[in-house]
Amino acid sequence: MSCFLCNSSLGKKLVMSVTGCCLVLFLLFHMAMNLVALINPAGYNTICALLGANWYAVVATVGLAALVVLHFMYALILTVNNYRARGSQRYAVTANEPGVEWASKNMLVLGVIVILGLLLHLVHFWSKMMLVELMGAEGTMVAGEFVHATDGATLVAFTFSKWYNVVLYLVWLTALWFHLNHGVWSMFQTVGWANDVWYPRLKCASKVVSTLVILGFAAVIVGFFVMSICGCGVEVCTDACCAGHNHAH
Amino acid sequence: MNFKLKIWRQKDAKSQGAFETYEVKNISADTSFLEMLDILNNDLVHAGKEPVAFDHDCREGICGMCSLHINGHAHGPAQAVTTCQMYMRKFKDGSTITIEPWRSAAFPVIKDLVVNRGAYDEILQAGGFVSVRTNSVPDGNAIPIPKKDADESMDAAACVGCGACAATCKNGSAMLFVAARVSSLAKLPQGRVEGARRAKAMVAKMDELGFGNCTNTGACQAECPKQISIAHIARLNREFLAAKLQD
Repeated sequence: MSCFLCNSSLGKKLVMSVTGCCLVLFLLFHMAMNLVALINPAGYNTICALLGANWYAVVATVGLAALVVLHFMYALILTVNNYRARGSQRYAVTANEPGVEWASKNMLVLGVIVILGLLLHLVHFWSKMMLVELMGAEGTMVAGEFVHATDGATLVAFTFSKWYNVVLYLVWLTALWFHLNHGVWSMFQTVGWANDVWYPRLKCASKVVSTLVILGFAAVIVGFFVMSICGCGVEVCTDACCAGHNHAH
Repeated sequence: MNFKLKIWRQKDAKSQGAFETYEVKNISADTSFLEMLDILNNDLVHAGKEPVAFDHDCREGICGMCSLHINGHAHGPAQAVTTCQMYMRKFKDGSTITIEPWRSAAFPVIKDLVVNRGAYDEILQAGGFVSVRTNSVPDGNAIPIPKKDADESMDAAACVGCGACAATCKNGSAMLFVAARVSSLAKLPQGRVEGARRAKAMVAKMDELGFGNCTNTGACQAECPKQISIAHIARLNREFLAAKLQD
């Protein structure tokens, strides 16, 4: 049984489906968590402290990394297989078939954009939070100021006060939207939980889930950018720093 | 009607092919696409040239022998018909029509527009049959089968094995074909008993022959001349995974 996940086309697709499903669930959790930063920065920092270098959070992070690596590695293997199966000679004329989603033909490209965004995101946040704690430090210097490792609200406010970060993150989210649009209903199809009655429902659910995820993330990004322009961002952030700091200790 | 035809010409499997342009004139709008090619070939033979090789047999849309990738569509721009059932009225007078063979690593070109679709036969031989005694028609009719199941089985059984699915798929995947075979037998009591073995054997053969992986794109069902739904692919996935988990 173990080997059909590696050597059969449907087994490999099952791995894509299951890892994809776990990652979508994680995104929903992450999005909900981020919204707290907009509503209550102190509360957000409490979550940041909970998800710091605690053993369960580290285990979950390693698990998540494994999911991303598996999903991406299998995507590469499947894409290489598909490229070979298509043959060296291509059609001179191609047409768009009705009912075919653009995203479904570009999942790897979209996935690569998502991974690049993820790397940037890890540099912006993870490396200044969990990694700092794992290294045994209290915090890092960000733009000349000391930021505590559990002070997520300050990091969010700082990161999204820069317009280029806002643009990069929104591009990242757009790619993610297209990726999820195909991915969410597709994971049901791959495990066989789909039929002609359920396709419209699954595709609708797919759009709802991907839009919710992206709107949730974008609300925080745009929200903090607007606050930084209005000049109220700094105050919110200072309050949050203290609140988060006190709570964490 | 007059047409300019851009046709893929290739001497044999090993030669390098190329497009050649031909003109056909005074074609009736009610000429079928293959009849139009017959007219072209007639002209070519009279001019002492090699006629264009293309696959065809029944010419009534049930044998699955005709193929052709026409203006970017498997079996041409018409919906739900094979190339033989498409008529020249589907095209604009004076237009250029590009005709290519199926392009898929598992379907090598034999000559011109003819490809070797033996890979589909091999997949069928791996398990696309019933090996238990099912007796004669009266015995079959004695088993009550819900109308819904019979209809679904029949929808899948409509597959003529023409290869349009793999030829259209951006991954060169034969999933729609395999799914149609597995699904049509899985929905009937005579086929049900060997369902697990069939799904595993046919998928294994499909993978072995170098067909690609399904990305749930759905181009296959859009181009399928028998309009077979990817819902059958979902059933194949179900059958295969259930069989593997029981191993």
